[in-house]
Amino acid sequence: MKAKEYVEKVKSREISAVKTTKGILNEIKKINGTYSFFNAISENLALELAERIDKNPKGKLAGLPISIKDDLCVKGVETTCSSNILKGYRPPFNATLVNNLIREGAVIIGKTNQDAFGFGSFNVNTDMGIPKNPVDKSRVTGGSSGGAAGFTALTEFPHVAVGESTGGSIVAPCSFCGVSGVSPTYGLVSRYGLIDYANSLDKLGPIAKYVEDLELVLDVIKGYDFKDSTSLKQDIIKEKEVKKVGLIKETLDVDPKIKDIILKKLDEMNVEYEKVSLPKTSKYALPSYYIIAMAEASTNLAKYCGMRYGQEGKVNLPFNESFSEVRTKNFNKEVKRRIILGTFTRMAGYRDAFYLKAMKVRTLVIEEYKDLFKKYDLLVSPTMPIVAPKLSEVNKLKPRDHYMMDVMTVGPNLAGIPHMSVNAGFYDKLPVGIMFTANHLNEKRLFQVGKGL
Amino acid sequence: MKIDRKILQSVASNARLKLSKKEEDELLPQLNEVLEIFSGLNNLKTDGIKPSFQPVEVKNIFREDKVNKCEEDMLQNVKNKEDRYFKGPKAI
Repeated sequence: MKAKEYVEKVKSREISAVKTTKGILNEIKKINGTYSFFNAISENLALELAERIDKNPKGKLAGLPISIKDDLCVKGVETTCSSNILKGYRPPFNATLVNNLIREGAVIIGKTNQDAFGFGSFNVNTDMGIPKNPVDKSRVTGGSSGGAAGFTALTEFPHVAVGESTGGSIVAPCSFCGVSGVSPTYGLVSRYGLIDYANSLDKLGPIAKYVEDLELVLDVIKGYDFKDSTSLKQDIIKEKEVKKVGLIKETLDVDPKIKDIILKKLDEMNVEYEKVSLPKTSKYALPSYYIIAMAEASTNLAKYCGMRYGQEGKVNLPFNESFSEVRTKNFNKEVKRRIILGTFTRMAGYRDAFYLKAMKVRTLVIEEYKDLFKKYDLLVSPTMPIVAPKLSEVNKLKPRDHYMMDVMTVGPNLAGIPHMSVNAGFYDKLPVGIMFTANHLNEKRLFQVGKGL
Repeated sequence: MKIDRKILQSVASNARLKLSKKEEDELLPQLNEVLEIFSGLNNLKTDGIKPSFQPVEVKNIFREDKVNKCEEDMLQNVKNKEDRYFKGPKAI
């Protein structure tokens, strides 16, 4: 059932929010041992919110179960970002997004698994157990919002997940699990209460079975917030017509079966399209993205030093030793790798060659997209170059191979432009996502084509 | 541009991470492979291009310089505290 239909039924008291909430909580408890989609279940909060709705069924999301990626703060609910260093942390406040959801009647059911701090494309870099793909348990969900997409695909209850994307962490797991997700324009949704990965790239957005549900939830979570210094004052543009679509030719150099599925879907859409080229983006967005993401991440993660929250250091050691001990013990391999690379690229003598250069390349990438949007309403590509791999295959990859997986998704993330993945078909029973990208604040165009698929 | 063992040790120390010899051996080739991808940017000319520190233009937002009462209990997540203060290792 689509979220809107469910909400209407809750409002007319045909469906009880408490009954739905109990049902979905039981399902999570039953499956989580096998699938590891959730890091925490917020049973008390969920039931309290559901009871409130049954007494007074109000709001755009009345009684709708919503899961929150574990990098967003929910008051009193353990929030770890899937890293051991934050084990036991219970935020004393709600993220703005969580407050907005609750205000419109949403029922917050728990915190979903992810790569620690969002550092990964397969959700294997988590300290909380690797989530399994509901389509085939030997395969990964994709990441970093793996728990969010995996549970969305599995549950039959009305449910929307909130994910977060830095370089593709919303659309990548959607592609692998066969669900829809949108990463909105940078700054459209407040980041207040998000445990930052990279401040100039992070965006929050919904993941759902239906595109209509994405639109409904984005409408609630978007909006200016004075607590986020990069929050946009502009709203989404009303224009939703899609006349002409550009197919990014550099992204078609993938398995021919994936390419065929994308082309078939495009033909079905009955919209005028032609091949277009993003020569700079396809070559340079990936290194530019990783330099910026890791540099910003390494400064953000400096705050985890064993004081104030999370795992605590020993106060009787000299401070450098105390900080080093708690960080060395509680950060996993990928977190250490990214901190080291990020710290290196910011070091005196290297900063201009890496960080500043990457920022200039970002300007060129944005210009390249903007040029195409003068002529095309949307751009289209496969979401991922592959279908969900087996965990055993992922374990054989080197770090650089992991990073290369994001080649399709880093461009729009670097440019802060909205992009959405929708299932386009199946390759040997495994889902293949098609990605639509629009100009800044043109989310309505994404939803317009997504709803027609 | 390459990361050698000495640079790696100095970067790790700056980042307050301790690496074992085994970890250093594993990391060195991995980091250099990634740096090779990073160095690819040198093939793109960026003379005279302005850097984009954000993907969209944002202006700094200042709040009023007024003291607000903090309603949340910021000390609830730690054992190392005294009175209304966080307790940390000795700095001097």
